[in-house]
Amino acid sequence: MSASTTPLLIDGAPRHDDQHGLNGHSHVGGRTVRSAPVESHLHPIGSADLAHHPVPSGHEEIWRFTPLRRLRGLHESVPLDGDVTVDVTAPDSVRVSHLTGAEALAIRGISGYLPGDRPAARAWHDAEQTVLVDVPPGLEFTEPVAISVHGDSIQAATATHLVVRLGAQAQATVTVSQTGSVTLVDTTEIVVGEGARLTFVAMGEWADDAVQLAYHHVKVGRDATVKHVSLAFGGDLVRVAATAAYDGPGGDIDLLGLYFADAGQHLEHRLFVDHAVPHCRSRALYKGALQGKSARTVWIGDVLIRKAAEGTDTYEMNRNLVLTAGARADSVPNLEIETGEIVGAGHASATGRFDDEQLFYLLSRGIPAEVAKRLVVRGFFGEVLQRIGVGPIVDHAAEIIERELAITGM
Amino acid sequence: MATLQIRDLHVSVITDEAPIEILRGVDLTISSNETHAIMGPNGSGKSTLAYSLAGHPKYRVTRGSVTLDGEDVLGMTVDARARAGLFLAMQYPVEVPGVSTSNFLRTAATAVRGSAPPVRTWVKEVKTAMTDLDIDPEFAERSVNEGFSGGEKKRHEILQLSLLKPKIAILDETDSGLDVDALRVVAEGVNRYKTQSAEGEGVGIMLITHYTRILRYIHPDRVHVFAGGRIVESGGPDLADELESSGYVRFVGAPAAAL
Repeated sequence: MSASTTPLLIDGAPRHDDQHGLNGHSHVGGRTVRSAPVESHLHPIGSADLAHHPVPSGHEEIWRFTPLRRLRGLHESVPLDGDVTVDVTAPDSVRVSHLTGAEALAIRGISGYLPGDRPAARAWHDAEQTVLVDVPPGLEFTEPVAISVHGDSIQAATATHLVVRLGAQAQATVTVSQTGSVTLVDTTEIVVGEGARLTFVAMGEWADDAVQLAYHHVKVGRDATVKHVSLAFGGDLVRVAATAAYDGPGGDIDLLGLYFADAGQHLEHRLFVDHAVPHCRSRALYKGALQGKSARTVWIGDVLIRKAAEGTDTYEMNRNLVLTAGARADSVPNLEIETGEIVGAGHASATGRFDDEQLFYLLSRGIPAEVAKRLVVRGFFGEVLQRIGVGPIVDHAAEIIERELAITGM
Repeated sequence: MATLQIRDLHVSVITDEAPIEILRGVDLTISSNETHAIMGPNGSGKSTLAYSLAGHPKYRVTRGSVTLDGEDVLGMTVDARARAGLFLAMQYPVEVPGVSTSNFLRTAATAVRGSAPPVRTWVKEVKTAMTDLDIDPEFAERSVNEGFSGGEKKRHEILQLSLLKPKIAILDETDSGLDVDALRVVAEGVNRYKTQSAEGEGVGIMLITHYTRILRYIHPDRVHVFAGGRIVESGGPDLADELESSGYVRFVGAPAAAL
């Protein structure tokens, strides 16, 4: 770097870290927007009844960032009768069932999940089977339960339903690897029993033509610890809605995510943590990078602390690294707090190019500019990778990131 | 023997509006085995001097020259200045999430020394340097400066000083925010490096401070009073004694904060 005077942060949004007492605000492309204190989308009421979910126009709060015309009718009425292959590799004592018919329907909603929008409601009824992964109470597994989801065509749209259930005091890691070409609505319900510990990783490595609407709901048991990870790299349009609620005090969830959007890709994450139970903790850390024309990412981080949820401790952070011109990242953290009796609630969100102070620090130690940039960029992702803690997944994600960075010559 | 020569240095800070001139003609020569204390009230431009010498993009040199052993420092990139032998211990060291301290130190040492230090001697070297500065070895695996306390950050700066072995070291308010114990550890670290380097080429130190406290531990050969963006008086160590008793009043015309 020469003694250039151009600030390297191109977005108007300053690095922003703050703690909130009572009301939330959000940051949209550098502007600060008050979140509405009443009747906000932070009080979603789900329903399995399709009649409650009219076809969206795109102006709805929950759809306004998503290009509906690229959904191939998933939000309308296109039949969900296609095929994807779901394989589960699990240790012997983990019970894996492929439920169909009345059995499959009966288990839907076991996590407390109810569809919050039309594609979700359609998938609820149309998914042909439910894959149930059942980890018995008290058992601990170090070997992950490996689920692979693969599609060969985008022609026929498909819906899948997966249930992951950990009994009390169980410990497990579940990975879902997603590859190939699909037009898919997939629902994953995760039920984590009392004192259980789960790491759940969804790795999205779709082909360029894939369209996916994913709905993950986690019920965090009393004193349970959950790490939920979403890695989104592939696909034409991927939208992941991850929601969490607590079933008793002492629950703890980490929501981690990484995404890397190339030219034309739309990668969207919508988080919602519903704190309705006292003394629970939530953390969200999502980082994304964008490169190429019309690369697009959206991150919505909604946290609701209800009146009963005294002693809540929550913090969410989203950072986006814009590597080339012509890409756009939206980042909207929303925090709504109905009780003042909390441990902490805050959020941070920033979008920009390299952090110029970090770069200066490394340069001032003699590290050449190219090496310093590499360090800062890898450090950017490394902060999330370090926390995932599942070796093969971390290595694989790091490889994908290297491939992505090579595109911009980083 | 190295010499840093600053001549008639004028520097402006880049702001959203017009640039603002901060340094108004700084003249200073620092050679190996000399310690120069730059003392002055807040806002006098001391830190601007430090950051301009390191090449921070926020500052623009509008007049004057800086040379290190005759080489034009101002024409060098930030990293080239460091490789030429300049080191800036920052007042507010920057957190670099996701980059481990051990990786950072090794990358920096490789750049400054011109080749990667052999692993075995390097590990020992880092360990010894960390022990000398009372730094928990566990820090090596943490991200650079992330979650470090103020005192830990300052010790980490001096750790880099001892590993990167510069010819000229600029210590920008390294004493600020330190309690007496931490100040002593940091000062001992600086003195250790002074002694070690004196066996070789030696180090020239520019010690920027607001307070005389650190001068009890790191003894200056020369003391310069900085006010209004330049050096207004220079003297021996006794000048610091005068500042200790009378403050900066004589130089800025109004009572400054107590020393």
